[in-house]
Amino acid sequence: MTMWDMIVLWIGGAMTLMIFSFLYKDNPFYKFAEHLFVGVSAAFWMVKAIQTTMIPNMWAAIWPKSVTAILHAAQHTEPNYVRLIPLGLGLLLLSRLIPRIAWLSRWAMAVLIGFTSGTYLVRYLQSDFIAQIRSTIIPLVVVTPQGLDVTQSLLNCILVFGVLCALMYFFFSLEHRGVVGGISHAGIWVLMVAFGASFGYTVMARISLLIGRIDYLGQWLQSFGNIL
Amino acid sequence: MKKRIPLIIIFCVGTLFVLAIFLPFPPFPAMEGEVSVWFDILKGFAFVLGGGNLIRVTADKIRKGHPDRFYLWVTLVGFFGMLGVGLLQLGGPIASGGDFTTEGLWFRRIYDGIFAPCMAAIFSTLAFFVSSAAYRAFRAKNREATVLLVAAFVILLGRTPLGNSLTAWLPDFLSFLKIPWLFEKILMYPNTAGQRAILIGIALGIISNSLRLILGVERSYLGGERS
Amino acid sequence: MNILKNLLFQLDRRIIYVAIALAVTIPLVFHFAVPLNPSPIVQSLFDAIEALPPESKVILSFDYGPSTLPENDPMAFAFARHLLTRNHRIYMMALWATGERNLDYTIEQVIEKEFPGKVYGVDYVKLGYKAGDEGLINTLFKNFKGMYTTDGHGTNINDIPMMKEITTLEDFDMILNVGSGRPGTKEWIQYAGDRGNIPIGGAVTAVEALLLYPYYPRQLKGLLGGLQGAAEYETALISKYPQFGITGRQAQVYMGPQAVAHCVILLLVILGNVSYFVGKRRK
Repeated sequence: MTMWDMIVLWIGGAMTLMIFSFLYKDNPFYKFAEHLFVGVSAAFWMVKAIQTTMIPNMWAAIWPKSVTAILHAAQHTEPNYVRLIPLGLGLLLLSRLIPRIAWLSRWAMAVLIGFTSGTYLVRYLQSDFIAQIRSTIIPLVVVTPQGLDVTQSLLNCILVFGVLCALMYFFFSLEHRGVVGGISHAGIWVLMVAFGASFGYTVMARISLLIGRIDYLGQWLQSFGNIL
Repeated sequence: MKKRIPLIIIFCVGTLFVLAIFLPFPPFPAMEGEVSVWFDILKGFAFVLGGGNLIRVTADKIRKGHPDRFYLWVTLVGFFGMLGVGLLQLGGPIASGGDFTTEGLWFRRIYDGIFAPCMAAIFSTLAFFVSSAAYRAFRAKNREATVLLVAAFVILLGRTPLGNSLTAWLPDFLSFLKIPWLFEKILMYPNTAGQRAILIGIALGIISNSLRLILGVERSYLGGERS
Repeated sequence: MNILKNLLFQLDRRIIYVAIALAVTIPLVFHFAVPLNPSPIVQSLFDAIEALPPESKVILSFDYGPSTLPENDPMAFAFARHLLTRNHRIYMMALWATGERNLDYTIEQVIEKEFPGKVYGVDYVKLGYKAGDEGLINTLFKNFKGMYTTDGHGTNINDIPMMKEITTLEDFDMILNVGSGRPGTKEWIQYAGDRGNIPIGGAVTAVEALLLYPYYPRQLKGLLGGLQGAAEYETALISKYPQFGITGRQAQVYMGPQAVAHCVILLLVILGNVSYFVGKRRK
């Protein structure tokens, strides 16, 4: 571990403890760490977007010779002036920062929303609607060479009827009374099992994050031991 | 003009991406590919907008004498520090392009020392909050809540040594009551059923909303002021 | 007795915090590991990677940040080990800006240390991060090199041997996503898997895992869900390739504290419910 790695680890450990101090109560150390994180993270995303996408895919396409000092090699040797369009749209998007001309940003937003709507329409139809219905069409009676597989048949029935009952719960065009009410109530039970599983997995996920941080603090403490 | 042009843009762009799936011959694939790149570049500009907005809001609060002025200055110093260090690629060669592997890059050191530990610590505090919530809020008040808690119990115990040993003594004809078996089947069947129903419902909502946006029926994103 | 009742039924939140912290710290200190047998959904993904023809082209997408490192890093490491042992070619990219650092960490800690014979540009390549989320996947589907004009180090993409035969996403044999949210496995399924019939494997945090079960097995070859999914995959990998028995157990080591913490949480839920019903009876 180099000296700089050690310094970075110490700062990281200190920042971690500052954030954890919130568990006792809100305090100036936590506020300092939180506000510093907000500023650093906003700049991080901005720098990465500029360096990985805006320079190589926009600026290097419009003016290739200007970026050969920044990138080892620019892919585009001839200027592609079509990329002036996203440059213009991007500047329109930034007009949102100036209240008097903020309405211009709607044109850039329209491209973003148009792309999202157009792709979502087809993608969700294919992957989350048709494909999901297809996956639910499974045999309710499973017969193997050894004979009727009761367990698998029951499980398949739970899956198929579970989907139908849960969908009925979300169908509000009919009043949930009588048969419809009964089916909808069964749907609630299916959803409760799903939410119970979600709760269990959420707890698992959160504990995993803590394990990582405790391990990191262990390395931080070890680094003090290495110096001594 | 202020509202009509965005509506026309959405219609044209949205229709292009729908038609490109069904008409895979020139010029649609090329147009789709190029406009996709524009979208990616615009997403980059959105991050720049986010940064600019942070400066505007923070500076505004400082100007108005907010009580937490000191911390707001910390935010601005952190922002401009990281921005300068990153864009100028301080500590590394100018052609590093923000490459994290470049030795000595200050951008990487600030990421490793401040950004990553803070983000990880903030999210890891959720473990404490979820355990406090488990004690205070998760009550078996009715049958449905009991079903939820029983499912959660099985999931939490399912892959632990305690869960294995609690039901390991059960005879073979009661193996469907063993916690590891229940764990696997709960995830694959009732959980999948519930999640699938939610997925289908959300998909229907998104499909209809996308159609409304493309056809110009949904205009809430345009704002309320008169054109 | 009253003091005990008050202690159990009106636990201060800070006592709960200390209990959870100890439940995690003590097993970590004593290296209490829990190896897990792979569940069918994890084994399915392992078998899918095993079944790939030699020198298959596989995308490994790092779509997670520093907040989910304990869950996602072991998954990424296991995939890198598995793919390189099978002599597949790994194309490493990221839909998240924070994923790029994790990509570099995987190269430093796994590829360069454990596979020194593997050559950059021939066996693995770092493509890095690009903005765009699902828009990036859409662009790559049409024109891969339209976005990735250089690799992550700035080298012209056409100068990299393993990029020569790549034009679109459909040239890949499999896409493995290590993710923790949006964009992630769902977007890869929607924009690449279902559209181009490309096999997709997911390795996600526990929070996201359950939302992806409906896609298995038709749209998803297999799924690693959370730390336990990572531990199960490590078990599958080590039983087939014992050389990873020492370095490849990170998730199994983390499962020890995980298991203890689960028991503490369940105890808290039971305590909370007992106090609720006792209090209700008194009224």
